[in-house]
Amino acid sequence: MRIPCPYCGERDAHEFSYLGDATLVRPDPAAVDAQDSALADRFHDYVYLRDNPAGAHREWWYHANGCRQWVRVTRDTRNHAIAGASLAREPGDAA
Amino acid sequence: MSRPDKNRLASGGLIDRAAPLSFRFDGHSYRGYAGDTLASALLANGVRLVGRSFKYHRPRGIFSAGAEEPNALVELRSGARREPNTRATVVELFDGLEATSQNRWPSLGLDVLSVNRFLSPFLGAGFYYKTFMWPASFWEKLYEPFIRRAAGLGRAAEEADPDHYEKATAFCDVLVIGAGPAGLMAALAAGRTGARVILADEDFLPGGRLNAERREVHGRAGAAYAAHVAAELASLPNVRLMTRTTVFGAYDSGTYGALERVGDHLPVPAPFQPRQRLWRIIARRAVLAAGATERPIVFGGNDRPGVMLAGAVGTYVQRHAVLPGRHIALFANNDDAWRGMLAASEAGARVEAIIDVREEVSPALVEAARARDIRVLAGSRVIATQGRKLRTVDVATPRGREQLVVDTLAVSGGWSPAVHLTCHHGGRPVWNEAIAAFVPGASPAGLTVAGAANGSFGLGAALREGAAQGAEAAEALGFPVPPLDVPAVEDEAFALQPFWHVADSKGAAFVDLQNDVTAKDVGIAHKEGFRSVEHLKRYTTLGMATDQGRTSNVTGLAIMASLTGASIPETGTTIFRPPYTPVSLGALAGHHRGKDFRPVRLTPTHEWAARQGAVFVETGAWLRAQYFPRKGEKDWLETVTREVTAVRSSVGLIDVSTFGKIDLQGPDAGSFLDRVYINGFSALAVGKARYGVMLREDGMVMDDGTTARLGPEHYVMTTTTANAAKVYQHLEFCLQVLWPELDVAIASISEQWAQIAIAGPRSREVLARVVDADVDVSNEGLPFIGAVEGRVMGGVKARLFRLSFSGELGYEIAVPARHGAALAEALMAAGEEFGITPYGTEALGVMRIEKGHVSGNELSGQTAARDLGLGRMASTKKDYIGRVMAGRPGLVDPARPGFVGFRPVERARRLRAGAHFLSLGAKPETANDEGYMTSVAYSPHLGHWIGLGLLVRGPERIGERVRAYDPVRGEEFEVEVCAPGFIDPEGERLRG
Repeated sequence: MRIPCPYCGERDAHEFSYLGDATLVRPDPAAVDAQDSALADRFHDYVYLRDNPAGAHREWWYHANGCRQWVRVTRDTRNHAIAGASLAREPGDAA
Repeated sequence: MSRPDKNRLASGGLIDRAAPLSFRFDGHSYRGYAGDTLASALLANGVRLVGRSFKYHRPRGIFSAGAEEPNALVELRSGARREPNTRATVVELFDGLEATSQNRWPSLGLDVLSVNRFLSPFLGAGFYYKTFMWPASFWEKLYEPFIRRAAGLGRAAEEADPDHYEKATAFCDVLVIGAGPAGLMAALAAGRTGARVILADEDFLPGGRLNAERREVHGRAGAAYAAHVAAELASLPNVRLMTRTTVFGAYDSGTYGALERVGDHLPVPAPFQPRQRLWRIIARRAVLAAGATERPIVFGGNDRPGVMLAGAVGTYVQRHAVLPGRHIALFANNDDAWRGMLAASEAGARVEAIIDVREEVSPALVEAARARDIRVLAGSRVIATQGRKLRTVDVATPRGREQLVVDTLAVSGGWSPAVHLTCHHGGRPVWNEAIAAFVPGASPAGLTVAGAANGSFGLGAALREGAAQGAEAAEALGFPVPPLDVPAVEDEAFALQPFWHVADSKGAAFVDLQNDVTAKDVGIAHKEGFRSVEHLKRYTTLGMATDQGRTSNVTGLAIMASLTGASIPETGTTIFRPPYTPVSLGALAGHHRGKDFRPVRLTPTHEWAARQGAVFVETGAWLRAQYFPRKGEKDWLETVTREVTAVRSSVGLIDVSTFGKIDLQGPDAGSFLDRVYINGFSALAVGKARYGVMLREDGMVMDDGTTARLGPEHYVMTTTTANAAKVYQHLEFCLQVLWPELDVAIASISEQWAQIAIAGPRSREVLARVVDADVDVSNEGLPFIGAVEGRVMGGVKARLFRLSFSGELGYEIAVPARHGAALAEALMAAGEEFGITPYGTEALGVMRIEKGHVSGNELSGQTAARDLGLGRMASTKKDYIGRVMAGRPGLVDPARPGFVGFRPVERARRLRAGAHFLSLGAKPETANDEGYMTSVAYSPHLGHWIGLGLLVRGPERIGERVRAYDPVRGEEFEVEVCAPGFIDPEGERLRG
């Protein structure tokens, strides 16, 4: 698989390490009191719950043997077709 | 003395008669020529029996002339280079080649296990599931060893492979797979546009069928035309022609796997050359021109040596100038086989008869055959064969039966396009009625198929399709396409009447020659309900051997279809996975073997430590000094005890460069650290260091280490050796993904800085002698946990940290890596007066256990900070990674195992890491498990063994006795629970 790193250009997937779902957002710890069970629930979901879609999936790849950037990749899990890639610090594509 | 190659034609062929080669098969010497394969050379010498079959040990001969060969598998070379299951049909002959037949005992001629033939009723379809099932105890003792000996495919070498294998990557615009007529034209069309082209072919001679047939192209013989095109391609700087290279797989994003046999055609690889090279080819477009594979017709006795694919007979005659036999007959259902046989006849083969299942055959072909004195038996079929090697063939004709005396029977049931690579992304081939064959369905993105692989069997069509697709691929990539003069070659008619199996023939009729699967086996599978193509395959093992059913899949499917009454497309087809042909494990491993499996990282003081006599240990990818034995010391324990004693009483030094070191700079560096550590760092004073613990988001401890503040916006973090890369990646994630608003830049500086720790009561005096005059290392100038920048050894920049892992007064001195060895020497010289002692990871471990620090054994990924007695470090004034999840009920349960120390009640006992704790009187079973010993050491300070571990409610049980239960070593004894610090719990030594 080839990943179009926005910084380095297209590179082999072996240069990257995979993390997973890039749509997850770390819950805001300041939003509610730390002891609030709602916050714990939100963190539970953030840490443990993952969708496993057959189709487009936005996911984090770390270009460990390259620019060391975290790259947000949109990949079709059925055929590994990559629809786009953006750096974590840039706004993600709307997909 | 070599025997003459009696079946060689006096002229013709693409062999170099000026380059005779001698080779040995089963101990006999023979002669061949450059340009021969092992198979063609064997046939030239009249060797027709080359192996025994897999299950029934039936005599087998050469069946094909290519990669599809199911029978002629031989062991090549000997000793460490012995290679089983090589196909004689693709082994390029070299001088001194040595090959042995397989699967026979004691000799090829007399095979004792051919008795299996009489057991064949028990070895039929599904025999694994039926015959050898009961009683179960017989399986291991009797059945399995018997089957292993009886069935098998050669022996692997028993010594290490002496050759090298390597991996390489190539990029191109257009990859052309196969250098037959379609592939040559595709490469030429794309190459002339200026696109970067790779043309790969498994053969050593480009040309494909042009080398195996008698056809004229552009006024030249086909082979000459192929050589002409290959020469032009070789002259183009943007084209790379790779022969002996099999493209075996189509992977994602236009990546193709290819195996180049760099040295397989040589007795040993050339100096500094690998035996094979595994290519990863990244192609923007690809043209598959892999040709087609001929398939046989199945009839009784179709496996005798002498029965051969018709196209193979043509190849041996035309390309190798070899007559596979003296008297040849053809059994076919199509025109193509006729043409090949007529051409063979013109080249000098004695063709006795053509047997065709069709009643009506083109009058022109019949005329041509009769003109060459070849009998034509139309509407006929082969119903039996005789001879250990083929002697006679029984034919049923419309006028009755007759027997032909022939030693070679060429067979053709039509051709199957080599669709394999089109299936590698899940594409399913589709049935084409006109040619009675599967043609490519959906292909991987960027790949098109040309020529026979696409079902276009005419030579003219192959040339045209190849040229068109090569040009189209280049054009799609933006290359301007110049006009190309495609040779006009007439498209021969491809007339075929589907015919698969002579159902009324006598004797075993083999569908899959390599796995010994017969038409009867397909019938059994049908009767027993295993009718889906996937069931058929697994129940009968049809198509499961190393040839993946090249010559058998479609035939087996057709026979099943005729039994069920369904059509072939309704019956389905199996699809193909990589690799197209077998790839050796050596090539897949490349240089990643033995010590080269991964790089070894050496510390800056490695050479120095080696000179001190260090014993090294692997810690992750690093080699670190484990201990430094001296003459007269009887074991490692004595050495380590001396090293620990030296540190505690005077001074010692150890290289700690392997710790991960991360530089953090920016106005938000402090608040960033607050978020990744459980404790605070933004309030840390400049010039100070602090021990920190970081968690994973799930609340478990990820890593620990000290981080120093060198300036208002500048910190240096250390991580454990093992987690250096992981922590760095985690920090980048936090910065780039979680908190991009923080203004912090980080960089790994692990390699850039050498770091040496000195420890012991005399360490300050040693340090004072290596720092430059302006550096104050007094207790006031560099107090405990101080961190300053200064210079050492006369101007070398350095970072000085007053830290201690051992519990003694200690410092860590970091210098640019290139000065690491010099620093070690300087420290040794400065400490000579105090008997400064180099120590290794063992002594370091002993001292940290004495001191009660956690380390890798305790940071197991299953421990929370609280479990390790580090819970009080956690700030309650800020959020940090893992805070919320660390607070979940399961992790704050007071019944969780907690970190405590242990000592044996009988002080002479040796403690063992891994021993489990049981309450006194509790039965040793899982339900009573109360934790385990994580680390142990012999404490020179206390004079007995001590341990650290995790014990249920451990901190509440100080002073209690529990049992340490170690069933692995058969030990069980009482230990006393104590606080984890065994030495100087108040830390007075550190601060002195």
